[in-house]
Amino acid sequence: MQYKSQAVAKPYFIAAIGLFVGQILFGLILGLQYVIGDFLFPAIPFNVARMVHTNLLIVWLLFGFMGGAYYMIPEESETELFSPKLALAMFWIFLVAGALTIVGYLTVPYAALAEMTGNNLIETMGREFLEQPLPTKLGIVVVALAFLFNITMTVLKGKKTSISLVLLIGLWGLAVFFLFSFYNPVNVVLDKFFWWWTVHLWVEGVWELILGSFLAFVLIKTTGVDREVIEKWLYVIVTLTLITGIIGTGHHYFWIGTPEYWQWWGSIFSALEPIPFFAMTVFAFNMVNRRRREHPNKAAVLWALGTGVMAFLGAGVWGFLHTLAPVNYYTHGTQITAAHGHMAFYGAYAMVNLMMISYAMPLLRGRAANSNKSQVLEMWAFWLMTVAMVFITLFLTAAGILQVWLQRASDAPLPFMVAQDKIALFYWMREWAGVFFLIGLVIYIVSFFVGGEEKQAV
Amino acid sequence: MNSIAAEPAVTARRLPGDLAIWFFILAEMLAFAVFFAAYAFARASHVEEFNQYQQTLDLNAGALNTVLLITGSWFVALAVQAAHRDEQADISRNLLLGWLCGAGFLVVKCFEYAGKFGAGITLSTNTFYMFYISLTFFHFMHVILGMVILTVLWKQSRKGVYGRYDANGLESGAAYWHMVDLLWIVLFPLVYVMR
Repeated sequence: MQYKSQAVAKPYFIAAIGLFVGQILFGLILGLQYVIGDFLFPAIPFNVARMVHTNLLIVWLLFGFMGGAYYMIPEESETELFSPKLALAMFWIFLVAGALTIVGYLTVPYAALAEMTGNNLIETMGREFLEQPLPTKLGIVVVALAFLFNITMTVLKGKKTSISLVLLIGLWGLAVFFLFSFYNPVNVVLDKFFWWWTVHLWVEGVWELILGSFLAFVLIKTTGVDREVIEKWLYVIVTLTLITGIIGTGHHYFWIGTPEYWQWWGSIFSALEPIPFFAMTVFAFNMVNRRRREHPNKAAVLWALGTGVMAFLGAGVWGFLHTLAPVNYYTHGTQITAAHGHMAFYGAYAMVNLMMISYAMPLLRGRAANSNKSQVLEMWAFWLMTVAMVFITLFLTAAGILQVWLQRASDAPLPFMVAQDKIALFYWMREWAGVFFLIGLVIYIVSFFVGGEEKQAV
Repeated sequence: MNSIAAEPAVTARRLPGDLAIWFFILAEMLAFAVFFAAYAFARASHVEEFNQYQQTLDLNAGALNTVLLITGSWFVALAVQAAHRDEQADISRNLLLGWLCGAGFLVVKCFEYAGKFGAGITLSTNTFYMFYISLTFFHFMHVILGMVILTVLWKQSRKGVYGRYDANGLESGAAYWHMVDLLWIVLFPLVYVMR
């Protein structure tokens, strides 16, 4: 760690991992509810478990992004953070607000929660992924603004690099597009139309910039390849992302009541969305192959390569699978979407955060890299989680293909619930793959507490 | 991909400009290729509709724009040659002329759009017009981007940045401008002429 203020990243990383565990536990509950419908009912109904699973994901990724930015920006700007105290204050506000929200989801019926938290003032609740009560949404805005102020001021007073510029664009975009979560038109077509401005333009737009910038930072540090080379790649990737991702939003506009030309625009541009992800994979492998030094933190390099490959497979290939309008006509809203969602989020955003944590945590704890023993354990965790996720995706894809056939494409289509019963076997297999994922996550956490001979900080 | 920022090889046949811009150009051309393929695919099932509405397009405006873009590309190629000969004034002048050709293209295109939109044609009128507007507008935006790049090159050239030993930036921008031209040369016959 070169700057004292980078230390504020540590609580963010710890909170991120803690919430990640919560997300996976609720994932397992949810997976079981697919096959045992009344499991934990009425304590935790399916809709609540689902909401907690997805909201925890978003919140832990945001904690990871903030922690990563607090770690990276001082080093890139070659100056201390503008205000470490503000960063710590925001950490506690965000954590408490997040925890209260989850407690609210679990203890109060959703409609009552909406009434208690002033949803009648501005109606923002009840939409998938944006279920947060109004005070939480406002809290997110406050935390995001304070965070952006802190980061931007640091960049302004220090050195301005392309990597921090791309990160800033990504983070500002994240904040700006979140504002659409407050816009909830009565017209249901417009409602959905702008809902995607938050959801899609986050994960297939500005978040990719954050991903690219983190990846570039860790690759510079671990491979020693010239900054100039890495930055040029970053620019190409960013441009490709924006060209394909922005109009690619159209692949959500096929069947919601928008004009027909979206079927063409959405299909054409989103068909190209795998390209930036492919470029990222080539980028990561290329830089590692051309490395000029052997960095002692092998685990971080593994996460960097892993995120390239898995993001390409999950977001790129599994996204392409159902992005063309004629295909999507049959597949939208089936388990194929779930398969894509799982691998894309894990491959792109969970893994890039784990990469950043893997690289930064040893340095924050005063060493260049963890002991060999600890790293071996972390790499086991990498493989267990990643392979488990591949199987979760494959089982859900199989379930999805069967579902499409039974429920939509066959000559005698079955009702939804009847089709669900027939694909239960795949849900069971997905649940077992999920158990292996949890084992991987537990091993990952254990790796933080394993001693052994550490590499000295440089 | 191995030589993205490597020194240009000292051979007779080197790649002009930066490898990164070529990667970008290929991605752009792929986007257009997918669009052209979609056009062909849609036309196959709407041949009569496409033939009928194609006749409402202004062939003369399209042809004039083709001449403008090819001339623009010629000027930009002259600018690159001038850089190789270290003739500073020629670089700037030719870039400016290339830029003016681009501006001419935009003016002609605006007249064409005004006619179509004035007649109440939108993206939702029919499949042919959807493609006509989408493809030409997507290309229109690329002409604007190309002109932004030419503006940067022109300003840099006025500072004397480019010359025999450093034409990398100029060649990269010129390659992008030629791509804008090339795409129109495919787009014009495909959408305006071929029946």
